[in-house]
Amino acid sequence: MSSDYASDLLPTVARLGKEERRDHAKARLGFDRMGHRVRPGLYTLGSPNRESKVLVTANYTLSFDALRSALVGRDAFLLVLDTQGINVWCAAGKGTFGTDELLKAIEATLLAERVEHRDLILPQLSAPGVSAKAVKEGSGFTVKYGPVRAEDLPEYLDIGECTEDMRRARFDLRDRMVLAPVEMRNYRWGLILMLLAAVLIPFYGLMAMILTLGGLFLFPVLLPYLPGKALSFKGMVLGALLVTPFALFQTFPTADLVTVIAVVAEYLLLVPWIGYLALNFTGSTPFASRTGVKKEIFTYIPIMAIMSVSGAFLSAFGALGVVGGWL
Amino acid sequence: MMEIGVLDLEQLPTIKPINTLVFHPGRCVNCGMCLQVCPHRVFTPGERRVRMVNGADCMECGACQKNCPANAIEVDSGVGCASAMIIAALKGRDEVKCGEDCCR
Repeated sequence: MSSDYASDLLPTVARLGKEERRDHAKARLGFDRMGHRVRPGLYTLGSPNRESKVLVTANYTLSFDALRSALVGRDAFLLVLDTQGINVWCAAGKGTFGTDELLKAIEATLLAERVEHRDLILPQLSAPGVSAKAVKEGSGFTVKYGPVRAEDLPEYLDIGECTEDMRRARFDLRDRMVLAPVEMRNYRWGLILMLLAAVLIPFYGLMAMILTLGGLFLFPVLLPYLPGKALSFKGMVLGALLVTPFALFQTFPTADLVTVIAVVAEYLLLVPWIGYLALNFTGSTPFASRTGVKKEIFTYIPIMAIMSVSGAFLSAFGALGVVGGWL
Repeated sequence: MMEIGVLDLEQLPTIKPINTLVFHPGRCVNCGMCLQVCPHRVFTPGERRVRMVNGADCMECGACQKNCPANAIEVDSGVGCASAMIIAALKGRDEVKCGEDCCR
């Protein structure tokens, strides 16, 4: 495989401009998902000398920009690995941010000739892909794992080690919120279908759409406050909360049998749907394990399936009853 | 005073929480790499060897196993992503790649 690494030093700056902000907005909205790439190679930030630190990152623009913008006013080398435009954590999970790629990058950028020392600072979340021992054996460089977040780098560089807090993966409100637009894009076809349905049956089409958008945006916000441990369960609780205003609107103050059937069907269809959206949020969190998610799939998918099928039957029964005139 | 020899260390029981993480304290050389790489403080420093204190919080990322020089930690690492598992199941494959196949 041919190496795409620049063999010359590539200059860069810590301050981000308009172009970067536009790129970030597009990435956050899910446009051109695989196209947010930086050229792999060794970058110079400020004017590093042979003693300057070497920090390693992925060639995804959000990763690279998080790193360099955290280092305002500092001189450093930034070694950008070819992770095919994937962020550090995901690339490490798949091994593209890995020992082999790091060794390849060290060699291709002639790093050993450019610095006197033999230390590399890697993001902590790259550790699933990198064996510090193998890097040492393969290149002579010592891997030091820096903080989880680039924003903690100045403090880390100043004190020379990580505090307990820097080592922990957090999932703050902001981290959860930025995911909603991308999630929305993942469900765009479903949303378009609901919009089309809204033309035929306005109440139900709009209800499904509002619930889906509500699920996608409110679930990340309310995640820590919803009851239960499984994300599916939390999602189903949120689904029930979101259906209730519609149900009350339909049944207040009185309701006939058809409306009651419709309301029950709404719960049976929409509660598992929001639960399913929530289940699919597992991959976006920094705490779901494969064992846990497997368990969750086997527990909740059957429940969701039974609810949805019952809801569909009940809807069909109600619709036939109205059309047939026997309800 | 009882001396702790190699044999005794090897006989320390392995510790296994509810997931696939397994810790063999007898092999631990107390280098502290797992403390560095774990994002969920599953391990805590100890006098002679680290201690596993939050096994249930493990997300099976595999960072500790990959960086343990003494093979004291085993974990069946993988990505805890329901979308990836569901898409893989639907496509009849073992695993899907983030980006190209999934999350687009």
